[in-house]
Amino acid sequence: MEIDVVTLSRLQFALTAMYHFLFVPLTLGLAILLAIMETTYVMTGREIWRQMTKFWGTLFGINFAIGVATGLTMEFQFGMNWSYYSHYVGDIFGAPLAIEGLMAFFLEATFVGLFFFGWNKLSKLQHLAATWAVALGTNFSALWILIANGWMQHPVGAAFNPQTMRMEVTNFYDVLFNPVAQAKFVHTVSAGYVTAAMFVLGVSAWYLLKGRHIELAKRSMAVAASFGLLGALSVVVLGDESGYSATEHQKMKLAVMEGMWHTEKAPAGFTLFGIPDQEKRETKYAIHVPYVLGLIATRSLTQEVPGIVDLVNRAKLDIAKGVKAYDALTTIRSQKGQNIEQATKNAFEENGRYLGYAFLLKRYVEDPRKATPEMIEKAAWDTVPTVWPMFWSFRLMVGLGLYFILFTGVFFYLASTGGLDKRRWLLRLAVWSIPLPWLAAELGWFVAEYGRQPWAVEGVLPTAIAVSHLGIWEVAITMTGFVLFYTVLLVIEMKLMLKAIKAGPQPDRNADVPLVGRVQTVPAE
Amino acid sequence: MILFEFIDYGTLKVIWWVLLGILLIGFAATDGFDMGVATLLPFVAKNDVERRVAINTIGPVWEGNQVWFVLGGGAIFAAWPPLYAVSFSGFYLAMFVVLAALILRPVGFKYRSKRPDAGWRRNWDIALFVGGFVPALIFGVAVGNVLQGVPFRLTEDLRTIYEGSFFGLLNPFALLCGLLSVAMLVMHGGAWLAVKAGGVVAERGRRYGSYAALAVIVLFAFNGLVLWLMVKGYRIVDGTTPNMLSNPLFKTVTRDGASWFSNYAAYPWTTIAPALGFAGAAGAFIGLRGHSELMTFVASKLSVFGIISTVGLSMFPFILPSSIDPKSSLTVWDSASSHATLFNMLIATVIFLPIVLAYTAWVYRVLWGKVDERTIEREQETMY
Repeated sequence: MEIDVVTLSRLQFALTAMYHFLFVPLTLGLAILLAIMETTYVMTGREIWRQMTKFWGTLFGINFAIGVATGLTMEFQFGMNWSYYSHYVGDIFGAPLAIEGLMAFFLEATFVGLFFFGWNKLSKLQHLAATWAVALGTNFSALWILIANGWMQHPVGAAFNPQTMRMEVTNFYDVLFNPVAQAKFVHTVSAGYVTAAMFVLGVSAWYLLKGRHIELAKRSMAVAASFGLLGALSVVVLGDESGYSATEHQKMKLAVMEGMWHTEKAPAGFTLFGIPDQEKRETKYAIHVPYVLGLIATRSLTQEVPGIVDLVNRAKLDIAKGVKAYDALTTIRSQKGQNIEQATKNAFEENGRYLGYAFLLKRYVEDPRKATPEMIEKAAWDTVPTVWPMFWSFRLMVGLGLYFILFTGVFFYLASTGGLDKRRWLLRLAVWSIPLPWLAAELGWFVAEYGRQPWAVEGVLPTAIAVSHLGIWEVAITMTGFVLFYTVLLVIEMKLMLKAIKAGPQPDRNADVPLVGRVQTVPAE
Repeated sequence: MILFEFIDYGTLKVIWWVLLGILLIGFAATDGFDMGVATLLPFVAKNDVERRVAINTIGPVWEGNQVWFVLGGGAIFAAWPPLYAVSFSGFYLAMFVVLAALILRPVGFKYRSKRPDAGWRRNWDIALFVGGFVPALIFGVAVGNVLQGVPFRLTEDLRTIYEGSFFGLLNPFALLCGLLSVAMLVMHGGAWLAVKAGGVVAERGRRYGSYAALAVIVLFAFNGLVLWLMVKGYRIVDGTTPNMLSNPLFKTVTRDGASWFSNYAAYPWTTIAPALGFAGAAGAFIGLRGHSELMTFVASKLSVFGIISTVGLSMFPFILPSSIDPKSSLTVWDSASSHATLFNMLIATVIFLPIVLAYTAWVYRVLWGKVDERTIEREQETMY
């Protein structure tokens, strides 16, 4: 891979986004767990649930702060590093980001202050409302950002305007209710719920192993196990593959994830194991499980799942149409908006939606109309992301997902039968399993976004031309800066997190807090 | 969707220009005092308890305030995509510095009190100061550069080519604007401390706030004079209409005989903006010296409102003029989103902004009351 501004910008975006997503899933899930714990406190009046809310709230706060910090970068990076992207699709893409601020960020950020500082200033119900507002805010924020991301994967409700040289919205409703976005939202927040559940299970298991804070740990585990089981089932069963039949490139992503070079008869088999070979265009040593892929990907027994080679052939046709669109666009633009001939207009109307495919040729030739068949062939093969990282990331993620179901299922059973502290090896396993949901989440994003390449917006705008006009050293400076800066913050965060976990829940030394609970000290059950 | 034609495109553009101003003013009027307090931190607080007093006056609210900044970014992206594309890629390294400084704040507030040792806390105090002072300075510097015109041009495909450098941003007029911005936010931070802090911290906040208020008056006048004498304005020759499609290259622009003061001559009522800038700062000065808390904070807000509005009104309809290729300049008429998007976003704003304002007001009311050394003593565990 040559190092140019595009590569560096991609790397910087990937790194900053993946750092950011180290903190987001825990925020998403833990906010809801806090709300559930506090709801139990308000309903039962038992002091321990308040302590639980406060203790997990402390950990939530440490994580939330750095999540906000790394999130700031995300809001501005599109303009900084992807200015042509920002111009080209801002009309559609900017709206969910702005609404995210209005509807979600204000809600979570305003009430998070009350969550921490309002315990003595609010009634029980008011404080509970503040906690729920934080939980809702964080989850709304996921909704809007995934509507934006979903549009990059499946750009509905928009059309190119030759006068303004950009995509403009034609149907906002379609953008909001984009099926890909909806699937991604459910998948992503569920992943966040699993992350928080595994975190709470692991930390509580550590307390049980040390014989500390037994009551708090057991109750936390009971809540986390049930919440985590629901999340894990949802994350796998409602996986965002449901969106992968939606568009051509989503189909490509699926075929690449599967290392499936040729179209199979429906229903296609799932490749359990294999060594994908990009050069020879085959997957060696493949072990197939019949029917499974067809069922997962199409939810039917009769629909075909197209293979890579077929999709590349389709891409060639799309590129040819794209060149026609580019030609019509050039004519329209040369006339500066005056009296465009109907024939040219029709030519653009007919092929306009393939315009993005012509831009794929820009890597090889300045004017796509001058492309040779070899260039078209090459550009069409550019639509295939490298297979092996996709293939393995996906398998690892799915494997982890199945493990989470099993794991939370076992703990759910143990919590229901009162056997949480019976098997120490399970508790140790819980501690060691804490990092796994993060791994799964990062792999998931890798599959989704690396699999989107070479497109910034599928079929509309290739990543390579979406970039800003920057010097390579400028991007190198900021990338180094972000990496160093974020790593320092990450280390500090981990240390504070471990310190807070070791310290455990703090007794309320605050004299003027009225103890409203009926049971002040914790009864053993 | 024909619904959006209900409001005419040109009108929507003006509405969004006003909303852009409201967002920037909202940011400066709320998060502005957070930055001001952070900048004042080394001056108003001499020991740990005093620093905690200053920090905790903004502790529970700064996070919500910061959303004005994030929302500003999102709203510019949604309503003015070319502005978002040109400004953030053009001011690339400056933007990086702003982000790095702002990133220090969330962690600084949260992590400072997590450990008792003095070295740890001193480092976070420095971080918080940087997180307040640096963005305050750079935002002003950015405005100073915008007023002079920014060295960018647009290609036929509307790709941004920026030809300036990071150090080119640090020219004398821009730095003067940076100082004005710092003075304005320090005045605002001092006013906030007068309202919200108790004891010696409030006392010092008043003192430094009043110095800053004087600096605002002097710098605002002086920068205005420099702008009048030394900075040429921009003027659209032709090629724009309010209802035109958004393509900046359709127009011609000149700097000959243009002035950023011509709007005030054409529409005298607009002079109310600079007048408020001065009067507000004067009011804040009197309030800070005369111990009138309410007057201080309201006057300081009015001054912020006046100063930012002055910039917007002077430049209208320009938003981001180009110094090397004036026709590439971004204006209200040719840099907006599509008719439909402006309408949809207006609906979203009309629904959500009042809700946001309502619960924000409620939260400020809940948190009403002064923070002083006794508060810190009493709430050791929960306070930052």
